[in-house]
Amino acid sequence: MAVLAHSAGESGRARRPNIARERSPFVVALHDAGITALIAFGVLLPLIGFQTVQNINEVLVLRTRWPLLFSLVAIIGASRFVYAVSVAPWLARRAARPVAAAPPGWRSLVGRWFVPFAIGFVIAYPAIVLFSAGFRGALKWVDNFGIQILIYVMLGWGLNIVVGLAGLLDLGYVAFYAVGAYSYALLATHFGFAFWILLPLAGILASFWGILLGFPVLRLRGDYLAIVTLAFGEIIRIVLVNWVSLTNGYAGIGGIPRPSFFGIPFTADDNGFAAVFGLQFSPIYRTIFLYYVILALALLTCFVTVRLRRLPVGRAWEALREDEIACRSLGINTTNTKLTAFAMGAMFAGFAGSFFAARQGFISPESFTFLESATILSIVVLGGMGSQIGVAIAAVVMIGGTEIMRQLDFLKDIFGSTFDPTQYRMLLFGFAMVAIMIWRPRGLVATRSPSVFLTERKTIAADLVKEGHG
Amino acid sequence: MSEPLLCVRGVKTYYGRVQALKGVDLDVNDGEIVTLIGANGAGKSTLMMTVCGNPRAREGTITFAGRDITRLPTHEIARLKLAQAPEGRRIFPRMTVLENLQMGATTADPAEFDRDLERVVGLFPYLSRRLGQRGGTLSGGEQQMLAIARALMSRPRLLMLDEPSLGLAPLIVRQIFDAIRRLNAEQGLSVFLVEQNAFHALKLAHRGYVMVNGLITLTGSGRELLERPEVKSAYLEGGRQQVAR
Repeated sequence: MAVLAHSAGESGRARRPNIARERSPFVVALHDAGITALIAFGVLLPLIGFQTVQNINEVLVLRTRWPLLFSLVAIIGASRFVYAVSVAPWLARRAARPVAAAPPGWRSLVGRWFVPFAIGFVIAYPAIVLFSAGFRGALKWVDNFGIQILIYVMLGWGLNIVVGLAGLLDLGYVAFYAVGAYSYALLATHFGFAFWILLPLAGILASFWGILLGFPVLRLRGDYLAIVTLAFGEIIRIVLVNWVSLTNGYAGIGGIPRPSFFGIPFTADDNGFAAVFGLQFSPIYRTIFLYYVILALALLTCFVTVRLRRLPVGRAWEALREDEIACRSLGINTTNTKLTAFAMGAMFAGFAGSFFAARQGFISPESFTFLESATILSIVVLGGMGSQIGVAIAAVVMIGGTEIMRQLDFLKDIFGSTFDPTQYRMLLFGFAMVAIMIWRPRGLVATRSPSVFLTERKTIAADLVKEGHG
Repeated sequence: MSEPLLCVRGVKTYYGRVQALKGVDLDVNDGEIVTLIGANGAGKSTLMMTVCGNPRAREGTITFAGRDITRLPTHEIARLKLAQAPEGRRIFPRMTVLENLQMGATTADPAEFDRDLERVVGLFPYLSRRLGQRGGTLSGGEQQMLAIARALMSRPRLLMLDEPSLGLAPLIVRQIFDAIRRLNAEQGLSVFLVEQNAFHALKLAHRGYVMVNGLITLTGSGRELLERPEVKSAYLEGGRQQVAR
């Protein structure tokens, strides 16, 4: 509908200079809004205004939905009016203004304070939620929003190593996530190992699979690599589905042990966390603990990536993304470089996977479909390949957006009780992706920060010594 | 001079079934500038790439500093201090100039890195003002300088340049060739130069080779080759006649 209103407005604006030069902007806007509403009415009348319903005798009956139709038309007309009055003149002014007036100070200010503020916020997040929503309400906010988003932030940062830095398009990233999850689930249920032992083990196993995938695809790039990694992701999932004796197939693995707080389980009995610390039992403690675990894991991923970028191997990844032939002629072993990228990316997916299994307590192949890979990849692409902050923002927007859509119950009052906003998730993602690719083709944060700097620009003498040159 | 630094013997290279090099012999001695000239498609770049191991020579041997490098992987050849500025510059466009130079460096010691940086940037003063700039934003000539500078960061014994003058203004070409001459004269660096720009290349080089259809047809000192009528007609005066083989 937004598209509709827009196209109607375009034609209106194109005509305006000839006919109505002296009319006031208010009248012009009203005129605009009227035309838009008229077109909307014409288009929506058959789409929204009429509805066919089967009655008891299984005969189709035509029903009208005038209130819904007129409210939609009114919304469209009103938005067009607001647009024409406020946004359009502003856009025109901005287009007319010379570019040189652009750089305001707030941008650098935001850039400087954004990261510390964001880290402070995520650390304080459970406390903020506890205070504002109470014990019962906080569970949803910490679990569905906090933990869920952080898992994807971590996965995005992990995939960022492979796709963003090394430039190897990986469509099967979820396979390593699955390997990590099943490693933890199987080893914990069969052998009873603790979470903190299995976490690194799951990472190692996943990175082993990463290397295993890496070997056959070393010569491939771009499209071909994408196809092979896609196939690899599906192979892992189908093995998980069909190897019933080990993985229990579609039924999944349940009863996976939950992590404990340094040996103290989060249970309601006398040895439980709440009892030991003299607190009222509540499931929120476990959730908050899990929140900080995944936060620590995600920050570890980010920290390792940022540090690696300044080491020779990280620079080699970026150089590999830029030009493979030049890399080889400079003495970089491209084989090892690619394998380390795959292994590092897979390792963090393995960490995230084992955390996922420990948090859910139940896993099945359903959680590791191609859609997951696609979601993670779109987080990386939308965020801006190679940018840590961009990926984090994209994860918050995409995963948080999905969760928020689950909460929008008031929309049911407008669109009827059968309306489910989450069903429009993919549609909205599609719109968001198209919009970002049009206006920010290199992702939300497109600038790449150099990994080495000069403190003083004019000379290249002794002041360079202070820099860390790997 | 006992043994040449780079020694190519009977090298034959194929692209699939197409034979690109039909048995090439070529030497580069220590402290020498050697140029290889020839028409498009003669196999000049192929020879240079074959020395670097990509594509591999199907027959023949290539030795560098007394070591057989015919079967060595490309990155290991590069680590033997045989640096290459490949055709089309191939700098890393999204990385800064400084990062590009760092990619070429092999040392892990910051002090040594700084000395190398100073030496290289001293050769191309243009680059000193561009160190923080992204490689892709440089002009063509600056990119070429960066490609050469990057290759020099590893302190090579032999520098191989593929068409450094390609697509550059005459003034820039002269600057680049001056830099090569200075490198050779002051630091004793051996240079293997593949060029279309035969006049400049032959004037610069101690020795030259002329390649036609995957074979070396002429060889001699740069000055000699400049005087040869075949070279003159084919490469210096607009190619009015075909080179008689």
